[in-house]
Formats: sequence, C-alpha cells, structure tokens
Amino acid sequence: MSKMHVKLKVNGRQVEGLAEPRMLLVHFLREELGITGPHIGCETSHCGACTVDMDGRSVKSCTVFVAQANGAEIVTVEGLTNPDGSLGVIQEKFREHHGLQCGFCTPGMITRAHRLLQENPNPTEEEVRFGIAGNLCRCTGYQNIVKAIMAAAAELNAAKEAAQ
Amino acid sequence: MIPAGFEYHRPTDVASAVAILGRHGDEARVLAGGHSLIPMMKLRMAAPAHLVDLRGIAELGRIEIGDDAVVIGAMVAQHDLIAHEGLAQALPIIREAALQIADPQVRSMGTIGGNLANGDPGNDMPGLMQCLDARFALVGPGGEREVAAREFYESAYFTAREDDEILTRVIVPRPPAGAGWAYEKIKRKIGDYATAAAAVMLGEGFASVAMTNLADTPVWCEAAGRALAAGDVEGCVAAMLEAIDPAEDNRGPVAFKKHAAAAALRRAIARAQARRA
Ligand SMILES: Cc1cc2nc3c(=O)[nH]c(=O)nc-3n(C[C@H](O)[C@H](O)[C@H](O)COP(=O)(O)OP(=O)(O)OC[C@H]3O[C@@H](n4cnc5c(N)ncnc54)[C@H](O)[C@@H]3O)c2cc1C
Ligand code: FES
Ligand code: FES
Repeated sequence: MSKMHVKLKVNGRQVEGLAEPRMLLVHFLREELGITGPHIGCETSHCGACTVDMDGRSVKSCTVFVAQANGAEIVTVEGLTNPDGSLGVIQEKFREHHGLQCGFCTPGMITRAHRLLQENPNPTEEEVRFGIAGNLCRCTGYQNIVKAIMAAAAELNAAKEAAQ
Repeated sequence: MIPAGFEYHRPTDVASAVAILGRHGDEARVLAGGHSLIPMMKLRMAAPAHLVDLRGIAELGRIEIGDDAVVIGAMVAQHDLIAHEGLAQALPIIREAALQIADPQVRSMGTIGGNLANGDPGNDMPGLMQCLDARFALVGPGGEREVAAREFYESAYFTAREDDEILTRVIVPRPPAGAGWAYEKIKRKIGDYATAAAAVMLGEGFASVAMTNLADTPVWCEAAGRALAAGDVEGCVAAMLEAIDPAEDNRGPVAFKKHAAAAALRRAIARAQARRA
C-alpha cells in the first residue's frame, strides 16, 4: 500500500512524515515520533491508556487512523508540562495525591483530565467520575485519581482568579 | 490488531464522495468516526480496499433547528449532540440518549450518521430515531431520497441504504409542546452496549415506544404506543414484550433480557410522564 504524507502539530511542534493510512495514530506517535506518553493498553478502544487530545477533544489514539488525524493538532501528556519542563498542575496533583501506582494508565488519565477541566472547569466529584469513564485503572480504585483531578481544578481556578 | 491496508480518500463534497464510492463498488466503505468500523477492521472482519472519509465535508457537520423539524448532519459527533444547547431545548431526549453511549473519548469521534448507518442492533440512535419518527436523507448516484427510520433496518447490519449511497442528514420532527420524553438504558457497566434500552415519547393522545438491542433490529412497537397513549402502562409493557425477540448472549439469557426490557420501559414511562407538561 502506498504511503501518504502526514502533517501534524504535536505538542506545539509541526511534524511531518510518511505513513500508510492504516497506521494507527498511537503507533505513529510512539514509533515514528518517539512520543511514548500515549500507552497501548487494550488496543480495543476500551482502556483509554492511549488517550490524546486531537483538535481540542479527547480521543483514543488506538482507534484513529493517522490518515484521519492528518492536519490535526495533537497534545499528549508530554505537552502538559510547564514551559521549563517541570510538572504541570494536573501532573503535580497526581503526584501529590498518589493518583497513580504502576503508572500505566496515568498519561491517558492526565490527558483526559486536562480536556475535562477545559470543558468543565468546576466539576463535581460525580462529573469527574463520569468524565473519566473511558479510562480504566487496575491499581488505584480511582479514589486518588478523582481527588487529584478535584485538587487540580481548585488550583487552576484559584490561579485564574488571581490573574484577574 | 493491525487493519489491512487501504487507499484513503478525503473528499470535500458529497458528490465527490458518492463518485468515489461508485468507482470502487463494494471495495469501498464510508468512514465516519471509525469507532465501529476500525475495531472491525482491526479484527479483519472488514477489509475495505478504499475508505472514503467524510470528515472533510463541512455541510455534514451542521445542526439546524427549524420550527417543525431539526436537521442533523451525518458527521455531527455524539459529543456535539450533547454540547448543542439549541438541540437540548428542542429535543432533550437526544442529549439524554447520547450521554449513555460509550464514554467521552468514543463520543468525540462517533457520529450520528455512523451510529445510524452501521446497522448494529446494539447502537442506541436507531431505536431513538424510530421513536421520534425521524427520516434519513440518502444521497446516491441517482440523487437524494428519504427513508423513514422505522423502515430503514432490515436485519443485523442490513439496512435500506445501497452500497453507493451516503446518509447525509437526519430529519427529526419536533414533538408537540409539552410532550414527555425519556431514554432509559440498562447496561452491565458504563460504556457498554445496552442489555435493554427504551425510548419513550408521550403527550396528549399520543405515545411512541422503541426498544434497543432486543432483536436483530431496533423495535418500534406501534401497539405499545397505542396502549400507552390510552394510559394503559401494563398493556404497553405486554405489547412490547410480544414485539421483541432477544437472543441469549453474554449479557444474559432470554428471560433476563425480557425482564430488563420491561424494567427499562417502565422506568422510561415513569420519567416521561413526570416530565410531561
Ligand atoms: C468502546 C466502545 C463503546 C461503544 N458503546 C456504544 C454504545 O453504548 N452505544 C452505541 O450506540 N454505540 C456504541 N459504540 C459505537 C460508537 O457509537 C460508534 O461510533 C458508532 O456506532 C459508529 O459511528 P462512527 O461515526 O464511528 O462510524 P464508523 O465506524 O465510521 O462507521 C460505521 C459503519 O457505518 C458506515 N457509515 C458511517 N457513516 C456513514 C454515512 N454517513 N453514510 C453511509 N454509511 C456510513 C460505515 O461505512 C461503517 O460501515 C461504542 C464504540 C466503542 C469503541
Ligand atoms: S489502548 Fe486505546 S483504548 Fe486501550
Ligand atoms: S496506576 Fe496502574 S493502571 Fe492505573
């Protein structure tokens, strides 16, 4: 099968490459670009470990052809650090509240939490749980993940208020 | 889990998309959100040689709220159905149902057109659209035709759509003012397909009832609607149980499916009645 020319913006950087249209976005990110934040957990669209932001929406990158993503803007967990490379607010809150154990689900969780808080900056606990329903964690029991996201929301809102 | 190779097309208007489908016959498939098709392709249960992606066709992404009907473009994602305030005013049952489909990531990609064209009895939108008496606009080489949702589904994965036709728009008549509504879905876990689901609309002298994943097509049950319109809830449930034909699978045996169907319908009716103005 012939390869196609793919152009994407990933974590603010313009990238180009050749790929077969059938290549899945997660494979393109990991194998062609070396961006290994998005994990492959189930490969069947269930676990959310592969979650990335595509044009301002959370998607499961194991269920998107790179051809569909052509021209899109992608953000992975690597793109959520502060400009100086230190942990971003959501990442920091996951650390602080033990929102991870083995860490396998964490990049997907954090990327999803990032989009959730853009869509709903003031979520209730129930809304957080509903909002991360597409992300499975086999370790934590979710309690600390939810706490971390609630704490991140509070801090992000406080920072927004202070800036006004 | 690597799909077979294919040639990718991203036309920017419906006519070009129809032309590509026509050129490649049954070698070609439409790609909408891909969230039913890509999993099938990964399992090599589908291996189309050409994929015609509709994401470049702007007109398929529109929602129009008219006085008599709401028109939804095929490429409107479930996420957009939920987010659209005008749609939530005109037909709140669509948001209620869309929120019960899969999870946020799947709803980012999955479209109303894909959900309706797919023909999987587990999809939630077909039963809902039968309840609402929606019509689907299909565009093929010979032009456009409309098919009623209630006549679209033939058996699992077989619909009235021809291979070279594209479902472009969903036309949903607005229910009478004050009508009560509910979409109730019983599932094993969040993100799962329905064990049983019921869509109910009711108002002065009318009612409409449709069920999901309880036969190899959605089941709009006229007799159940008639009984409910007359205020006979038990008659409505009995008529629905006559009309469905569930099969045993990993969601349970037939008797359990029937039990769940009755429970879903009773809950939907109670909620719709409570919402009736
Ligand atoms: C984990 C998971 C859970 C899910 N849970 C649910 C659920 O609870 N309820 C539910 O209803 N769905 C569920 N789905 C399915 C999801 O909603 C799909 O997105 C939807 O069924 C298909 O929409 P799509 O846009 O992704 O279509 P695609 O996968 O792109 O297409 C599906 C089929 O329809 C055809 N097609 C698509 N659009 C058109 C068109 N405009 N004209 C003609 N043919 C077309 C395609 O050729 C293909 O055969 C789930 C999916 C996943 C991955
Ligand atoms: S790897 Fe994509 S959802 Fe599990
Ligand atoms: S921390 Fe191990 S899967 Fe979530």
